[in-house]
This record gives sequence, structure tokens and C-alpha cells, in this order.
Amino acid sequence: MKLRFWGVRGSIPTPGPETVRYGGNTTCLEVRTDDGTLILLDGGTGIHRAALNLLREMPIRANIFLTHTHWDHIQGLPFFIPIFVPGNRVTLYGPFDPVSGSGVEQVMEVQMQYSFFPVREAELRANMDYRVLKPGVSVSVGDATITPVLLSHPVVNYGYRIECNGKSMFFTGDHEPHTNIYAPGDEAHAAYEEMLVRQRSEIVSAMAGVDVLVADSSYTPEEYATKVGWGHGTYDSSIGLAAAAGAKTLFCTHHEPTRSDDALEAVFAAALARNRAAAAGIDIRLAAEGVVLEW
Amino acid sequence: MHFEKELLIAVEKMPAFPKSVQRVLELTRNPDSAPKLIVEVIAKDPVMTARILRVLNSAFYGLPSKVTGVDHAVVMLGINTIKNLAIRIAAVGMIPPTNDAGFDTNRYLLHSLGCAEAARLLAQKLDDADPTEAYIAGLLHDIGKILYALYQPRAFRAALDRSAATGLALHLAEQEVLGVDHTVAGALLAKKWEFPDTLVDCIRQHHQAPPRQGVGRTLFLANQIMKVRAFGDAGNPEIVALPEGLGGSLGNDYEGVAESLAGLDNLLAQAGSYAGMKEES
Repeated sequence: MKLRFWGVRGSIPTPGPETVRYGGNTTCLEVRTDDGTLILLDGGTGIHRAALNLLREMPIRANIFLTHTHWDHIQGLPFFIPIFVPGNRVTLYGPFDPVSGSGVEQVMEVQMQYSFFPVREAELRANMDYRVLKPGVSVSVGDATITPVLLSHPVVNYGYRIECNGKSMFFTGDHEPHTNIYAPGDEAHAAYEEMLVRQRSEIVSAMAGVDVLVADSSYTPEEYATKVGWGHGTYDSSIGLAAAAGAKTLFCTHHEPTRSDDALEAVFAAALARNRAAAAGIDIRLAAEGVVLEW
Repeated sequence: MHFEKELLIAVEKMPAFPKSVQRVLELTRNPDSAPKLIVEVIAKDPVMTARILRVLNSAFYGLPSKVTGVDHAVVMLGINTIKNLAIRIAAVGMIPPTNDAGFDTNRYLLHSLGCAEAARLLAQKLDDADPTEAYIAGLLHDIGKILYALYQPRAFRAALDRSAATGLALHLAEQEVLGVDHTVAGALLAKKWEFPDTLVDCIRQHHQAPPRQGVGRTLFLANQIMKVRAFGDAGNPEIVALPEGLGGSLGNDYEGVAESLAGLDNLLAQAGSYAGMKEES
């Protein structure tokens, strides 16, 4: 199994001299399974360079799994060049949206409306198809099994567990640890907490024992205090998840867009020092564009 | 079959109660509104609650477990999704102040809320039913009547009149006039919308001999207590005598059972002020 990061930035692309080491593209990960099956996780701006790298392999069979449909996870999709070339086959997998009543099939159509993009979805030349996934229901792609897991974000967000021949990884997409909407002492607090405990333990068991966990680590705890409900995790929450799930390696990703490379390294070092006990025995790294891990 | 089809089409565009529509719009205008306030509003409106359960329990989404209440929905999908669903429902409009059936929807709401609160307390006290399920069963047990009032108003009017004139239980009058009573209509809706089985059964069976335990018993007791106390009104004059032993350790008559429920009066007063009228007991 081989993992490569093409985009690790949260919210908005941040090119510039202060982000050259970790990269300014928004979320995109490439996973290759043992038999070479191509899986892309999210279609942020990082997917453009992934696409350039794939040109020499065409025709390709790409399986793009979207965690959710916020811009920073889909805005590169119209620049995924293989969609314009006949002979390629591209399947987009993703969650439903109970508010609009639509699924992942609306992703390309909505962002490729003619006022916003010169090519319409109907004009794409690759063989495109869309599959709405149900939480907990696995799909097979090549020699891999992918299981979507309902996480916590302002829109429906799936984390994905990918398994192949005994190897495994989990990508959270965007995830904020659940919080109780009732104050302690409120009559409804205890029953709500009970449901949360169940939900958290389902999430931890979905990522149990993975070789690699890639988790939304947007904030420091101090930053998070003013960003509750925005749908993102902290370094501390990610380390906590990795420890609870028994993950061997943790990549912290979805870097906060105003954070320079130096600042990123500083808050990361502080997080490791602060969480020394929980972090023990886990190989914890910052995700960076171009980083490849093969196992 | 024709009836079923019409009902299900009608119900897809059913608006919610005026108070909750106003409150949802007010609360969602302020991005800092506490999530629990939004949940409270949704949970006090049978139509909003039913429609949110309907969306989330749809097989299309395939959630790993049935969503049993509004809090549960928030745990599964987050407050923002639930808030936006509520805004969508609010945008449909609100139940009109009067309807051709002459059915008092405000008193209906009060009856439903009273049943919900009492059923929850009973479930806690009797300790043989899930309090959330009991609350939802109380809130939604008569949803068939609001369907009739809005979409079969003339026939429902005739059933209400017959029941009022003769003292015949409303569901029996409905059977005579409409052919199908509100328990069947409500259960049909709940089944079609893939609500949890317990809830479907409660709605369908709430005018049959009460079960000796579980949510069905709490709903039966709550329903009769609200009628004894004349808290709200859903158009049915009949009060069923308390079957021997059904109140368990709580009492041998409805008032005794009600008195054993600490906090009930307070909750009913809150429900009364929420539904925009004074407590009637």
C-alpha cells in the first residue's frame, strides 16, 4: 500500500514563500493498493498535480472518494484532467446531503455550471459515474475494501477506512470531536452523553488498529476555544484518536491556512510535548505535500 | 390504496406549527443560538419532528441505526444539518390558523405535547420503556388527525361532529365516515417513513387494549391523563377506564398516576406557554 499527499491545507489554497515546505494545496491524498488500484481521497486543489502525474498512465481507472462537499475538498475536481479524455473512467464516491436531498452526483454539476466554469458536466469525455455511499456499508475497489464512517462536521462527512491484504489506513476528512449540546446539570445532559459515548466508540472502532491514520488537526486547543462548531479537530484530539484506536502512524493534516511552515512546526512540537503520554509509541508526523509512505 | 397514495402525497408538503416556524426562523437568524434551543423547538413540533425523522430514517441514507429522537439526530448528523433541515421545513409555511374541519390545531398541539411530556416521565418512573421513544410516541400518536384536518377536512369535520354529538370515540366515528381511522393513517405514514417499529406499533395500536408494559403502556396512560385533565384537546371525548393494575405502583386512577409524576405540572405549564395558551387544568 502506498500513500502520497498532494494537498494538506485546510479551507483555502495558500501558495507562497511561507508554505513551501508543507505545501499550500487543499486536501488530496493518493492511495495505491498492492495491485495498483488508484484511490484518490478528496479533490482539493492538490488533485491537479496528481492528475498531471497520472497523464502518462492513461487510460486510467480513478476512484475518487469525497469525504464531503465543502469547496476545499472538491475545488480541484474540474482540473482533474483525465475527466476530459475519452477512455478514462472516473467514479466519484461520497456521502448524501439530507438538506438538499441530493448525493455526490451533484458535485460536478453544481461547480461546473456555465457561469462558473467553461465546461459543463455533460461535456466531460471520460466515462463518469457517481456512487452515494451508506455509512458502514463497505465497497470493494480492486483489491481494496473501503468503509465510510459518519464523522462530525457541519455537513455530512465520511471518514474512510481502506483495507488491502491486511494493511489498513483511515482518513478522517474534516472531523470535530462531538460535544454535548447540554450543560452538565441539564436534565438532558446524561442521556445525550450516553449517545455521544456510543458514537465516539463506534468511530474509534472504525479506525481500530490501522497502520496509518490521517486526521484533521486544524487547531491548537487555544484556537479551538473560539472555533467550536466549525467542524475541525485539534492536534490533541487527533493524538487522542490515534491512541484510542491503536494507530501505528498518525499524520496531522488540514493545516490552518494562516499558519506558516515555521509556525506549523512550532505548534506541532508543542502538541507532542503536551501529549507525551498519549503519543507514546505512535509515529506522529505532519502531513506535507509530496510525502510518500509505503508499507 | 387510492386513499394511502393521496395521504402520502399530501403529507410531503405538510407545514409545521406557527410557533415553531417563527422560533426556528428567529433562532437561525442568530448564528450563535445555542444548539439546545433549536433542538427544543423541533422537539415540540409533531410535524417538524416527524419530517426530520422521515428524512434521516430514509433507506436512501442507510444510517446504521434508526434515529429515535431529535437529540439522536443531532448526535448522528450534527446540529448544522438538523438546523438546516428545520429551516427547510419552516420555509414550507405554517399550519393555517383555521381549517375547513374546524379542528383546533393549537389545542391538538397542546394535547400532543402534554402526552409527550407525561409519557416521558412515565417511562422514567415505570422504568420499562425508553424515555425518548415514549416522548416521541406521545408527540406523534395523533399525527393522523392533523393529516385529516388539513387534507380530508370535510369528512373529518363530519367525524368530529358525530363524535361530539353522540359521545362515540373519535376513531370509531372516523371509521364510519372516512373508512380508516387516524391510527391507521398515522401508522401508515410512520411505516412509509421508516420510523422505528416501536413507534409505528404505538401509533397503530393506541386505541386498542393497552399493552401491560413498554412504550405502549406509557402512551396509553399519558393520553388518558391529558383527557382527564382536559389539557389540550384532540377531538376525542372518550376516556377509557383504567384497566386493573395498569398503573402499576403509581396508582389505581389516572389522577393518582399523574400525581406520582414529579415535575409534570411544571412541564405542562411550560408546554402551555409554548403553545401560546394558558394551562387549562
